[in-house]
Amino acid sequence: MSKVLEVENLRVDIPVAGGVLHAVRGVSFSLEKGETLCIVGESGCGKSLTSLALMGLLPRAARRTADKLIFDGIDLQSASRRQMQTIRGDRLSMIFQEPMTSLNPAYTIGDQLMEAMLWHKRVSRAEARERAIFLLEKVGITGAAKRLGQYPHQLSGGLRQRVMIAMSLMCGPAVIIADEPTTALDVTIQAQILLLLSELQAEFGMGLVLITHDLGVVARIADRVLVMYAGQVVENGSARQVFGAPLHPYTRGLLRCMPIPGRTRPGERLGSIPGIVPSLIGEIRGCAFRDRCGHARSACADFDRLRHNETGHEWRCIMDEAESLSRADELEDV
Amino acid sequence: MNEMVLEARDVTRRFTIGASLFKRATTFSAVKGVSLSLRQGEVLGLVGESGCGKSTLANMLLGLLDPSEGEVLVGGKAISRSSPLERARRIQPIFQNPYSSLNPRKSVEDIVSLPLRIHNVGSASERRAKVAEMLDMVGLSRRYLDSYPNQLSGGQRQRVAIARALIMRPEVVICDEPTSALDVSVQSQILNLLLDIKDELNVSYVLISHNLAVVQHIATRVAVMYLGRIVEEQPTEQLFANPRHPYTEALLSSVLTPEPELGIPDTHLGAAFPNPMDPPPGCSFHPRCPHAMPHCSTLHPRPLSDGDRMVECHLYDEAAAQAAREPQPA
Repeated sequence: MSKVLEVENLRVDIPVAGGVLHAVRGVSFSLEKGETLCIVGESGCGKSLTSLALMGLLPRAARRTADKLIFDGIDLQSASRRQMQTIRGDRLSMIFQEPMTSLNPAYTIGDQLMEAMLWHKRVSRAEARERAIFLLEKVGITGAAKRLGQYPHQLSGGLRQRVMIAMSLMCGPAVIIADEPTTALDVTIQAQILLLLSELQAEFGMGLVLITHDLGVVARIADRVLVMYAGQVVENGSARQVFGAPLHPYTRGLLRCMPIPGRTRPGERLGSIPGIVPSLIGEIRGCAFRDRCGHARSACADFDRLRHNETGHEWRCIMDEAESLSRADELEDV
Repeated sequence: MNEMVLEARDVTRRFTIGASLFKRATTFSAVKGVSLSLRQGEVLGLVGESGCGKSTLANMLLGLLDPSEGEVLVGGKAISRSSPLERARRIQPIFQNPYSSLNPRKSVEDIVSLPLRIHNVGSASERRAKVAEMLDMVGLSRRYLDSYPNQLSGGQRQRVAIARALIMRPEVVICDEPTSALDVSVQSQILNLLLDIKDELNVSYVLISHNLAVVQHIATRVAVMYLGRIVEEQPTEQLFANPRHPYTEALLSSVLTPEPELGIPDTHLGAAFPNPMDPPPGCSFHPRCPHAMPHCSTLHPRPLSDGDRMVECHLYDEAAAQAAREPQPA
């Protein structure tokens, strides 16, 4: 398999009133063709900024640095604004969270679908229109030709999200980055959209980077999972590794917080992660999770590196694999 | 059995929209003849997709909307005949988004003590003491008394909203998606808190949520809504073990638990949620139903109750199926 996306030591720094906010602190990963990578974490962990950094869509004040940022053989760091414009929406496309706000209410669905293709490819309107109809049908929208003339407000939330997906596919991208694509949708629609995404992915062989806070979604769709905390990757493994035998206390804590039909008993106390996310302003030393971790020891103040085992499972914790697994059932509350 | 604290009897709410100089107004029913009851100490889960009428129903339960037909009773008394103050003392809401449900220009003390001031309870210092006590109960440090909402995290804000809802010790709290705007780790704290408070204050909840895992965890009984009707109601455990309505089945299968072996479920729901303005004839679920029979598209199913469960589906109505098979008398 070939790598379509390689990210090494990606950092995003944002100057704020009290110093510099280190929002993303050295994230590395790679994405193979046809692979689904999920980036999961809670608000403020840097997952959305990671995706915007890849797209080159960071807020103006933010500074992006990386040792390596290669998409489809192109070095994104040295790419000019113009080059980025030719990549974005063509080979690298994005699906945003809010289908209500990411479609322009003043243009028809058809105009918005065709815009990127007319801009990037040498095609006639008729060809673009044909492609739009083909993709709308692909994403399960009936009466596609009629829909092209409709405006976003005439569509329900689920349909709008389907339109967004169709739009991201217009130019046949190598990678789609989807930021919380199903969060605003009903559970029934969510399952359908995820199914649709994974089918389309298999059909067109795209890489998919899915950013979400929903561990249920991650477990069901991911090949590989990155768990982020305080701007860093704290665990990285296959879905089976991360959900079957999580090695970082934060990942385990998150899983304990979820009511799971069939596993948690109704009415019983759910696990919780005490404390709050540390401030990412200024210099941060050692394990960022140590103040909330039941296994923390004084050496954690200096420990900050990713461990890995021979199966490729990575975790950022002072505990080695044997210790982490043996203490997995201990209550991790402080 | 415990005392009945909240009851809706055959409530319907119609809305009229689109009236203009050139267009005739159309009327549609967001809630159509819904009956439900809540006993003391119970948690009734209300689930359904957006547009099914659950928020309209919640607003009627809170007395914020008048039903077009039917009535809502709180503690056995019709809500339409009680004053807003009396209503507010017995029944309180917790809303979804703690970022928009708290006034940003008021301090935590102001926000939580507002119900006390409106009901003229105690002196200023007594009220402050009560608020502090309430903050203890919802697990928020007293040092936040003079803080403003923008100084608090989402979880802390939701705790303030819960404190405000509980300060008058209401009998019923309507929780409309209380945790869906929160992170997983914060959600679990709020769910634990809601469960603790329920036992401590003996309050009953109506829990509106689209997260079925949350509903299963907290609710004692679940009502499933579809296009303005309750199509199934069962005690929680039974509903999850043995869903009867095909819609409930689809909803349950769409719950994504963190089990990678299971993959993405196919709910077989196909077509999108129908337009509530123009509901399908017969059983409103039939266009999406994998078990639809010919008479489902013409005949509205009737509610079938036995014991503590109710379902509104032709699959369980032998008599209607029989009648549909027989030729109509000329």
